[in-house]
Amino acid sequence: MSRLIVFKNKPKIISTATVCGKKEGSGNLGNYVDEIVADEYFGEESFEFAERKMLQSTIKKVIEKAGYKEDDIGVYIGGDLLDQIISSSFAAREFAFPFLGVYTACSTMGESMLIGALLADGGYLKSALCATCSHFSTAERQYRFPLEQGTTRPAQSQWTVTGAGANLISLANEGISITSALIGKVVDYGVTDANNMGAAMAPAAADSIRDFFVVSGKTPDDYDLILTGDLGTLGSRILKDLVKKTGFNIDNNHVDCGELIYNIMEDEYQGGSGAGCSAVVFNSYVYQMMMAKKYRKILFVPTGALLSTLSTQQGESIPGIANVIELQI
Amino acid sequence: MTKNPIMTNEEYKEYVKRFMPKTNEKRSLLNSFLVGGFICSIGQFIRYFFNLYLKLQGDSLAAATSVVLIFLGVLLTGLGVYDRIGKHAGGGSIVPITGFANSVASPAMEFVSEGYVYGMAAKMFVVAGPIIVFGVFSSALVGLIYYIFGL
Repeated sequence: MSRLIVFKNKPKIISTATVCGKKEGSGNLGNYVDEIVADEYFGEESFEFAERKMLQSTIKKVIEKAGYKEDDIGVYIGGDLLDQIISSSFAAREFAFPFLGVYTACSTMGESMLIGALLADGGYLKSALCATCSHFSTAERQYRFPLEQGTTRPAQSQWTVTGAGANLISLANEGISITSALIGKVVDYGVTDANNMGAAMAPAAADSIRDFFVVSGKTPDDYDLILTGDLGTLGSRILKDLVKKTGFNIDNNHVDCGELIYNIMEDEYQGGSGAGCSAVVFNSYVYQMMMAKKYRKILFVPTGALLSTLSTQQGESIPGIANVIELQI
Repeated sequence: MTKNPIMTNEEYKEYVKRFMPKTNEKRSLLNSFLVGGFICSIGQFIRYFFNLYLKLQGDSLAAATSVVLIFLGVLLTGLGVYDRIGKHAGGGSIVPITGFANSVASPAMEFVSEGYVYGMAAKMFVVAGPIIVFGVFSSALVGLIYYIFGL
């Protein structure tokens, strides 16, 4: 049986919302996000509170922009990078609608949309709200060093995006259709350097992209854009080369969310990462470009590195995952 | 069906190296040397100062100098300056005693949000803890060897 999920009723993305930090806002996508917050504390006491507030405000915006009320939301699906996905579940505490917590690291947006599209397509729920977020300072203290510690970031590292993105999926007549999807496998090529997420995730993306083309019978030329999650510059170069080895060529239409988000000014090095990265890029710039029909058909492939600090300390390699979602207007 | 069809893990390790960005080692080394040397020069200056004006000597001179450097390291960490120096200096600002002060002060600041006991106090030595453990252990070991040879 084919692994390809073809949506019979073509659920639509009826609205999106994004909120991001100052650094992200001054990058390439500043004009496309709904709100740029200069204060990285968001007026809160801790970075964790700030991340949660950012997510809540994004969720409120996406409901408002669709002209919906809280009662119209069938389910909120989402996750984030913090232990036990506290940003998402604590954000959900503030709302009256049901919550489905999911986690696949930086590809959580993809997983959320995939499940949301299935629930909407099946007619089980009227609408699915998908939202994910990340915050540089919360991720940094959980995964790496204290912020004020004077360490040098290695050149292969990426910068966790401070931002949240949300979209609302429903069976409607207007909007961007989610036409098909492929659930990714967990792929591990033995990369152990936790600073080199791009190299760790590239094989997962290559695997899912190859599988998608094989099972769907489509080719890279069928798409205006193949948008991967947050491989960054280094990971993108590896991905393009890996995909070539599988017999497909995505050189002309591949772009990576991590590559796109920053003007590399400081030491973001390979670009953005984090559950907020693909969420912000897709739900702001890419969504608006699709609505303006600049892109008509895209493949959205958010990637995730499924490591924890514990697995890294125990010498484990970094497994990656990438889900593929085909969108069309 | 093989799990990793494109190449083996060993091949991938070599393959990734081809794409890796190059770090400018000469520049890193020069930065480390200049910043590290500068911090040590400040230390030496403080030493001369204490010796000349306060007439400190020997252990008390060394201790007073260290205290001032530690204070400066903590102050610059609190002001959010030390991490900016460290970003460019690498080892140059980690190795001197100011770097040690930075590695204690930075987690202490960061984990205040989890409370003063389980946050700040407990996490204060998250980075510096191993240095202290192995430092104390090896000094005891060296002391023991010194004692045995002195018998």
